[in-house]
Amino acid sequence: MGKLFAAILTLVALASAYPIVTHMYVQPVDISTHGHAIDEQLSDTMAEAGFAFLGAQLLLALFVWRFSNRKNGSNVKHLPGGAKLMVATAFILVGTEVLALGVLGQKAWADVYFTAPKQDALQIQSQAGQFAFYFRYPGADGKFAALHPDKIDEGNGNYFGLDLANDVEARDDIVTAELAIPVNREIQLLMHAKDVNHSFYVRELRIQQDFVPGLDLSVHFTATKTGKYEIVCTQLCGLGHYNMKAYLNVLSQEDFDKWLREKASEQ
Amino acid sequence: MEEAVVQTTHVHAPPEGFIRKHVFSLDHKVIGKQYFGLALVAVFMGMALSWLMRFHLVWPNTKVPGLDLLSSTGAPGGVITPEYYLSLMTMHGTLMVFFVLTNAPFAGFGNYFLPIQIGAEDMAFPRFNMMSFWVTFVAFLVLILAFFIPDGPPISGWTAYAPLSAVGKDAGPGLAWGQSLWAISIAIFCVGQLLGSLNFIATTLDLRTKGMTFMRMPICTWAWFITSAIGLLAFAVLLPACLLLLLDRMAGTSFFIPSGLVISDRLQNHAGGSPLLWQHLFWFFGHPEVYIAILPAVGIVSHVLITNMRKPMLSAKVIIYSMMSIGFLSWMVWGHHMFVSGMNPSSSLLFSFPTLTITIPATIITLIWLGSLYGANIQLNSATLFALGFVSMFVSGGVSGFFLAQPSIDIYLHATYFVVGHFHMVMGVAAIFGILSGTYFWFPKMSGRMMNETLGKLHFWITFVGTYCIFMPFHYLGLAGNVRRYSSFVNDFMAPLMPVHKFISIAAFITGAAQFIFLFNLIHSRFRGKQAPENPWNATSLEWSIPSPPPWDNFGGKHPVIYHDPYQYGVKGSKGDFVMQDSPEQV
Repeated sequence: MGKLFAAILTLVALASAYPIVTHMYVQPVDISTHGHAIDEQLSDTMAEAGFAFLGAQLLLALFVWRFSNRKNGSNVKHLPGGAKLMVATAFILVGTEVLALGVLGQKAWADVYFTAPKQDALQIQSQAGQFAFYFRYPGADGKFAALHPDKIDEGNGNYFGLDLANDVEARDDIVTAELAIPVNREIQLLMHAKDVNHSFYVRELRIQQDFVPGLDLSVHFTATKTGKYEIVCTQLCGLGHYNMKAYLNVLSQEDFDKWLREKASEQ
Repeated sequence: MEEAVVQTTHVHAPPEGFIRKHVFSLDHKVIGKQYFGLALVAVFMGMALSWLMRFHLVWPNTKVPGLDLLSSTGAPGGVITPEYYLSLMTMHGTLMVFFVLTNAPFAGFGNYFLPIQIGAEDMAFPRFNMMSFWVTFVAFLVLILAFFIPDGPPISGWTAYAPLSAVGKDAGPGLAWGQSLWAISIAIFCVGQLLGSLNFIATTLDLRTKGMTFMRMPICTWAWFITSAIGLLAFAVLLPACLLLLLDRMAGTSFFIPSGLVISDRLQNHAGGSPLLWQHLFWFFGHPEVYIAILPAVGIVSHVLITNMRKPMLSAKVIIYSMMSIGFLSWMVWGHHMFVSGMNPSSSLLFSFPTLTITIPATIITLIWLGSLYGANIQLNSATLFALGFVSMFVSGGVSGFFLAQPSIDIYLHATYFVVGHFHMVMGVAAIFGILSGTYFWFPKMSGRMMNETLGKLHFWITFVGTYCIFMPFHYLGLAGNVRRYSSFVNDFMAPLMPVHKFISIAAFITGAAQFIFLFNLIHSRFRGKQAPENPWNATSLEWSIPSPPPWDNFGGKHPVIYHDPYQYGVKGSKGDFVMQDSPEQV
């Protein structure tokens, strides 16, 4: 029975590691300037966690194989070094890992959260509401007009609650259902929640940030590859949560300018 | 600390009549079994809900015969709607976390065995004890009621994030009375846990028998003691959080709701609240809750392993101190659930370090288990197999925590199936393995009959391989960016991952079905099992020094005297390779 346990555990541990080692499931391609730091941190952690996982499982299998249902009268033995060895090993191995990962990981985090966006970053506002994202570009005047929640009228396309009748700044704001951005240009996304918590997640961008009602949050990023990518909501927001998505369209600067002109004329 | 406390008398009269014996019983053993029974009902309900979820994920348009009888709006014609999927998910999480993972390993086994293991006749406050169970039972009924109201159960997940959970019916189905029932149920549950935790602490401090010093208490007694201290602080925060949520919902306050929210085309009449306040309060409870579920299992598994290795741990003290460290650190880590929540990014780094550090005591415990297995004489019965399975799961679930403790990686993995895989392995499955190990180990004492070992082993093999087949692939899905809490992956970048979901669902059906082997074994053995001797495992702790099942006053009016710690295995005693705690013989 001990040998069976050991064999099955070994098989399970190796089978669990196989898809990781062979890269069957990996993160989709990274299209951001900061994402490589996250990916490196993830793969370093994977190496250390994989070592700990396989090491512990195989040791467990080995000891159960060796020390199960022995003949009556077999004396028990104690591991040389005893508890002190175990405590020292845990402190040295894990302690080093904790420090290394903790310290190294700071950089990847800091790249996203502790660096201010550049002065010339393109500001786009995103509003999340049950169950759609909308995006707003400031238009010719370069200013976002103030929002008035009481003026939200989705039936007439006033998703953000702009005061089009009285506010001159509002009239040139460009509102879209798709997030188009120029490639290789820093974007600062200003995040506004209309109703409940939502989240902005683009796998390829390595960005995930919640929208929180009542809080002005922003993230900034630079996309390095043109293409169309899905934006999904990752914060449970109600019955249509699974269907709340939009597209990120990374365009060349010329295509982006053209797209923005077209959208402006449609407003 | 080493001073023994002599038990004073806290004896209630022998129970008479059916009601006092089996329903409103003051006997900690009956109460322990009641908690265990409630957890058993809850776990099978929770499992059935997970089956429905797994079914819907891979066959979204296929009918589940009869489900429309439970909810004609949630499953019209038997086909689960996306919102009903969220209801099933919310109820699954709530039932499992509160009514299974808190009830069984802590309140269930703890109630039954903590007093006996310290040589007490009952808990310090038997009436509080009875009340704590019945309060919990009422909480359960209130929660289940949500299935039968027209609006249906809540859809905001077991974490009930505000403002979704706070604004009422405008936010969607299940968020009217369903969500209120949820908050009322959890508030009541907190009261039960607070009463229970106080009782555990008072009992451990005051009712230890002569010679039972702290360091002579078995590791599982220590685990229940430490857990009760965590529970006392954690539920004391969740209770007011739920009350504030109810006030927001019913009294028009705005603790968690800011101004300017437009929901269902209506500007909400609230201002000044903070959604993040709910998250802080909830996770201040929520993370320690993980340890409320897992520490008793760590204790139970250590107890089972020591008995079946026929040797002591390399150091019981180190395990106990490590559990205390985990308990202490558990108060400084809740923010790791909120890395991308909008919380200040500096706080994220502050929460990351204690989270990574908690790996050290957890690793020490694991290495002590592994190192103790070296040179052991392992008796591989069903209890041992589940204990060894627990060690394996504890490692698997632990290493994935290493990823999520780092805010930078969490940007990518947060809210994906990686998280679901992580907490199911370490908090769900590992704790369940601990409960199952404890059940196979203590069933003879609790019922006076042995469980069927062949069925037990069959149950183990299917469950062990099955849970790996279910929860390991969750991690792969997460790495590929598969988002959690979605009721469907159609027309989506996640569609190519569907074959993995199918594999997981099939594994879940098989593994779930294997739990009926356990249920059959449990019920069959209760009535038809072989008579259990007093000490079938040749164990040393006090519960094995009294008849199976124990009399109502545990020790038959005697007060046991303790001469040893409970780790006297691999010695030359008069009964074999062990000496019991209450045996005066020298070793």
